[in-house]
Amino acid sequence: MSADAATAAPALAVRAISKCFEERQAVRDVSFDIERGELAAVIGPNGAGKTTLLSILAGIQQPDEGSAAQPDGTTARIGWVPQQTAVYGKLTVAQNLRLFAKLEKVPDADATVERMLEQTGLAERADDELGRLSGGNRQRVNIAVGLLADPPVLLLDEPSGALDPRQRERLWGFITALTERGTAVIFATHDIAEAERHAHRVLVLADGELLFNDTPAALKSAANAGPDDDLEQAFVGFLRERGH
Amino acid sequence: MRWMLLKDLQILRRSKLLVGLLVVYPVAIALLIGFALSSGPEKPSLAFLNQIPGSQSTIRLGGEKFDVDVYTDQLFDAVDRIDVENREQALEKVRSGEALAALIIPPDFATKLSSGGFNAANVEVVYNGDALKQSFVESTVESKLALADAALARQISQVAAGYVKIITVGGEISALGQNFELLGLTRANKLLDEALEDAPPEIARKLAPVQRFASLGVANVGRFNDVLSTVERPVEVTETVLSGRRTPLDTFAVALAVAVSLMFVCVLLASGLLALEREENTFSRLARGLVPGGWLLAGKVVLAAACAFVVTLAMLLGISAFVPLDYGRAALWIVAIAASAIAFATLGVAIGSLAREVRAASLLALMLALPLAFLALVPSGGVSPLLYDVIRVISALFPFKPALDAINNAINGADANMLVALAHLAALTLAFGGAAYWGLRRFASG
Ligand SMILES: Nc1ncnc2c1ncn2[C@@H]1O[C@H](COP(=O)(O)OP(=O)(O)O)[C@@H](O)[C@H]1O
Ligand SMILES: [Mg+2]
Repeated sequence: MSADAATAAPALAVRAISKCFEERQAVRDVSFDIERGELAAVIGPNGAGKTTLLSILAGIQQPDEGSAAQPDGTTARIGWVPQQTAVYGKLTVAQNLRLFAKLEKVPDADATVERMLEQTGLAERADDELGRLSGGNRQRVNIAVGLLADPPVLLLDEPSGALDPRQRERLWGFITALTERGTAVIFATHDIAEAERHAHRVLVLADGELLFNDTPAALKSAANAGPDDDLEQAFVGFLRERGH
Repeated sequence: MRWMLLKDLQILRRSKLLVGLLVVYPVAIALLIGFALSSGPEKPSLAFLNQIPGSQSTIRLGGEKFDVDVYTDQLFDAVDRIDVENREQALEKVRSGEALAALIIPPDFATKLSSGGFNAANVEVVYNGDALKQSFVESTVESKLALADAALARQISQVAAGYVKIITVGGEISALGQNFELLGLTRANKLLDEALEDAPPEIARKLAPVQRFASLGVANVGRFNDVLSTVERPVEVTETVLSGRRTPLDTFAVALAVAVSLMFVCVLLASGLLALEREENTFSRLARGLVPGGWLLAGKVVLAAACAFVVTLAMLLGISAFVPLDYGRAALWIVAIAASAIAFATLGVAIGSLAREVRAASLLALMLALPLAFLALVPSGGVSPLLYDVIRVISALFPFKPALDAINNAINGADANMLVALAHLAALTLAFGGAAYWGLRRFASG
């Protein structure tokens, strides 16, 4: 961000990450920094490599080349909210949260679970089996699990897909509050409007390549769109100009 | 790992249908085998062909009359008798399943029996090659034959003992319709002694061996009776198996039931538990260093093996209500079942590491486990030698055969070397553990 960010190490420094699946280059030489409290959107069409990039940052997949580094001395794990809900359908909401709190070695697991149930508005469903919840509620639990350890960097892969507008509003309120407390958040989306509305910065990914890394307003001007023009159209034009 | 184990247990507790099936399945096997071994059909039907000519149905043994019908009736109080006209009919009854077996008494039975009993008379038993049925008929026929034989043998030896007695002490015997008075060794011996007292030394010397023979004979008469009483089975049974192979249904079947249910519970449970992590997408969360791959696999193996161990041991105890087992070997059972369970569960996680869904994992597990069980049971000589070698190699690459060997050894003290089987299981556990680990890295993190 501004002057002191240049001196402090970024919350996550991504350097020249590449990943190939057999013939297919899913991520090509991607580098960027993300600062504490920053909210960045990775946007791009389906198959652009968003999920692959985020799962490499999360430590689920190994990159063929490159690295992602947290500041020296940071031991906390990067938080991860996968695109598909990744929780146990046969466990209750509370059991799921407690299990992952224990696995993440959260200091006071029970209190954290209570707090998370309150914050996500799931306290009443705490003892419901997850498989019986609606898609939206399942996604809320999925997100809650990613937040349990209060990670310094949080990655969310298309987090709002299964949510209705009210739940979405609630999610963004929640994420904004996290960034205000200093959490760096990167989320992947193909919803340009959502990126424009919430993100401080957009990273445009197409065919694994990082084409753009700046504010939403800068993306508009780079795509030669007027202030009142639709960003989505501008974005499609921007990609077409660059051969995608 | 503790939290993962607890979690998996909670999931199992909520998957009542799956767990119910996993428990019911081996128990059903246990009960089926138990019933088959202990009861069988209440009164099996037996086709009966008596080829003895009517005039010969009574055998004379010494002074005693012996009726063949009395002998065969001993057999038929335990079975339903279906009388047939000829051998073809008898075979047809067995083939059609109307009779479990056929008992054929050949025409020369009576003559052979009456010619002394030592020249073994012969009856033929025809089975269908069905292990369960066959075993039942076999045991029924054999035990009844044994009873009848014992009676017959007693009779023969009584007759013979009668002759021996007459030869020893003298008496009347009848031969060729006339009665003779027989002197007897004892009296002969006494007469000889008296005669020799006054005899010239020359004659006494010449007759000394005869005297010795007579007194030895008298002294050893008891032995003849002993020998006679050891003639137990004057009637030989010829077995004809119509189809299938002869598998004696004994405690080997118990080892087989244990190995099969152990394999199914372990392989299905372990592969399912691992595949569940991918079906629920939770593997990606765990793979962020929350649970190292090795621990994840170990957890599934331990849980699946422990569940299968408990279920199988309970099943074995259930079977022991029907089949007498040697409880003195219980420590060996535990070792063999535990080692087999761990090997099977490791095979299970190797399968599970390839599958994205529980259903796919279960299908894969079944598709692999069933043929393995069959392959391990192919008898030598049942197929061509080359094919048999191929089957042996394939069987050796999977845990079923060594598990069966180890369990059979533990339960029955069978000839296979238990230590070799256990070492084989340990090697396979390591190999499949490595394969599962590799599969997890290769397929699951994509
Ligand atoms: N495990 C995998 N094996 C092979 N190809 C993959 C794998 N994961 C992703 N890909 C390919 O990499 C490209 C990027 O995929 P992904 O990162 O999921 O895109 P996005 O999330 O932007 O839709 C796609 O072409 C996809 O088919
Ligand atoms: Mg994606």
